Amino acid sequence: MHYWFFTSPVLKSLPGNALVGNLRNLHYFKPLLQSTKNRPSVETITTLKQDLIKNLGRDSVSDTEAIRKQHSRDEGVERHNHLADLVVWPKSTEECSIIASLCSEKKVPMIPFGTGTGLESGVCAPYGGISVDMSKMDQIVDFNPEDFDVTVQPGVTRKGLNHFLKDHGLWFPVDPGADASLCGMTATSASGTNAVRYGTMRENVLNVEVVLADGRVLHTAGENRRSKKSSAGFNLTNLFVGSEGSLGLITKATLKIYGIPEMMLSAVCAFTTIKAAVDTCVQILQSNIPIARIELMDDVAMDMCNSHNKLDYKVAPTLFLEFHGSEDSVKSQAKFAGEIAAYNGGSEFCWAYESEERNRLWKARHDIYWTTLQSNPGCRAIITDVCVPITRLPDLIAQTKADIQESGIIGPCLGHVGDGNFHTFLVFNPNKPEEFKKAETLAERMTRRALDLNGTCTGEHGIGIGKMNYLEKEMGPVGIEMMKSIKKTLDPHWLMNPGKIFLSDY
Amino acid sequence: MSLRILVGCKRVIDYAVKIRVKPDKSGVITEGVKHSMNPFDEIAIEEAVRMKEKKIAKEIVAFSCGPTQCQETLRTALAMGADRGIHVEVSGPEYETLQPLHISKMLAKLAKDEQIDLIIVGKQAIDDDCNQTAQMTAALLDWPQATSASKIEAKDGSLQVVREIDGGLETIKVKLPSVVSADLRLNEPRYATLPNIMKAKKKPIKKLAPKDLGVDVSPRIQVVTVEEPPVRQAGAKVENVDAVIEKLKALGHA
Repeated sequence: MHYWFFTSPVLKSLPGNALVGNLRNLHYFKPLLQSTKNRPSVETITTLKQDLIKNLGRDSVSDTEAIRKQHSRDEGVERHNHLADLVVWPKSTEECSIIASLCSEKKVPMIPFGTGTGLESGVCAPYGGISVDMSKMDQIVDFNPEDFDVTVQPGVTRKGLNHFLKDHGLWFPVDPGADASLCGMTATSASGTNAVRYGTMRENVLNVEVVLADGRVLHTAGENRRSKKSSAGFNLTNLFVGSEGSLGLITKATLKIYGIPEMMLSAVCAFTTIKAAVDTCVQILQSNIPIARIELMDDVAMDMCNSHNKLDYKVAPTLFLEFHGSEDSVKSQAKFAGEIAAYNGGSEFCWAYESEERNRLWKARHDIYWTTLQSNPGCRAIITDVCVPITRLPDLIAQTKADIQESGIIGPCLGHVGDGNFHTFLVFNPNKPEEFKKAETLAERMTRRALDLNGTCTGEHGIGIGKMNYLEKEMGPVGIEMMKSIKKTLDPHWLMNPGKIFLSDY
Repeated sequence: MSLRILVGCKRVIDYAVKIRVKPDKSGVITEGVKHSMNPFDEIAIEEAVRMKEKKIAKEIVAFSCGPTQCQETLRTALAMGADRGIHVEVSGPEYETLQPLHISKMLAKLAKDEQIDLIIVGKQAIDDDCNQTAQMTAALLDWPQATSASKIEAKDGSLQVVREIDGGLETIKVKLPSVVSADLRLNEPRYATLPNIMKAKKKPIKKLAPKDLGVDVSPRIQVVTVEEPPVRQAGAKVENVDAVIEKLKALGHA
């Protein structure tokens, strides 16, 4: 297997309108996968642009550098300087079909773009192609409050949907933090703080409408079907959940919604060791307390959290908990959880049930990524997302923290202990190659450890580009072969979001 | 303390909707458009409910004036914790020209009829941005007013209110009965939950006509035309400062 290391002169000589303007030579470019494809030629793109304008209208197509740049990156580490060649804004499923047929004919890659809030460079364009920005398809197309289901187009975001639902006493609880596109969340199988009680996107998507690479429209559970369960044929819906835009353009998702809990109570509790915090979590789950959120923040994260948000929590491993239910149920759950925490040496138990108090608490948790970057101006961070069976978590975190401390890299550890999933943000200065190398090595050791502990390299963020190396080890050769053959069936020319998930296309 | 609180809840176009002007320029399109309770009024209801939870208030009456659909707005208020609703029905052209003064007169009459101790309204509505109703109501009743409240504490028959003003925060004491208008940072309103929405269906909503309150809603204004703001034009790039000045002169700006 050859790896091509791209540096500035080589990139400039590639065919196609690969790079214009200011080229920041990022020393930590990931090696691109060996591929039989070239980037589309300038002529191809020009013709495609004309066809798209003819079919979708002048306003729906752009090749401005600024727009292309905006669409070629997300919130994760910048992996490439490659830009998409064009950006289009379809307004309907039919327009998506047209785009797919045109691109398919000309062999131009397509990259679906939701809100650009991903963390694994899922929207970047190593092979150019067109970025399909779905934000103009922003309707809630079908809402059935008494059946607890709703169907949305990709431009509908999580907060937008919850705003629409709140007057009906309903909500969609999957909460990855960002105000992401719901179809984008479907594509990455998003999870978040509420997963321990309400599940991830896998458990909450009933049906997906997707435009395949050749333009055909597929309804994964059948058109307009929205039964809560089904045994009919293969479960195509869950094939697309988590497919990261590599199997088609998702144009609709039918989601399960829930009643807003009567009462929500949040609590914070500090511990002397991470082990005590994780043990508390395991015991809470073992006691069958239907806890809604249980999140861990280590001392490094708490310190940053305090200074950034002007709070004064104890700088120690801390659990953030939330209980949902009726008033009696919530109070008894919290009391029981408090006893378990005290048994493990937990202290400083404080509660909040008023909306603004709870939101302040959780905002501090959700913003921790930004807090980390802000506390280290000019730096970026590698985000890890390992997930292991819960009982393995204390050891994994302990070893990871020891590693981090030894390396001198700043790396807060925090996450969804209730699912056995935790994140670290390994901070590095982009101008210091040795820091990046250290951060990468830490991430690699952590991920290999997680895989050895029967876990996964990515609990919720997706493979994107950064974790391609681990997928092979995680799935094994048969798994990878199966995935690739499915991919080749649905996308024989490998046009849907190329350069992601798999190290090679053969 | 056991106050009876009257809260004004206006039904407005939802803040997330993209507003479109009617082709005949007589107003904005409201047909088939999502409406909801004015966000500042949600904050007002939330504050009243919290006062009831703290046993400072004994009853919360929600009020809305407008077409039949205002009943939905009142149901939301009831689901959040109000005890009963009053709907003054006004529709058609009279509704289009309804002004804060009309509402203030209704609130003042209701305050007397229902023996209200405290009126809380949102500081302004997101459709007209008037910020007048609380003030006019207080004047009509000759009651003290505390507007743009960001914190309310009840103490021995009066309220200590922190107001958000241009220069910062001002703390005043107002005797009850009084009128308060809620500002953004007063609280974060709760969501109506399914069981409460169910319960709200059984709470009473009294229907009245403006004349029952002695208020004349015939129009005092006439809407001449409603237009969208001008569409943003593309910018132009020039080579140097002299060219900028030339361009500005040519456009008549310098």
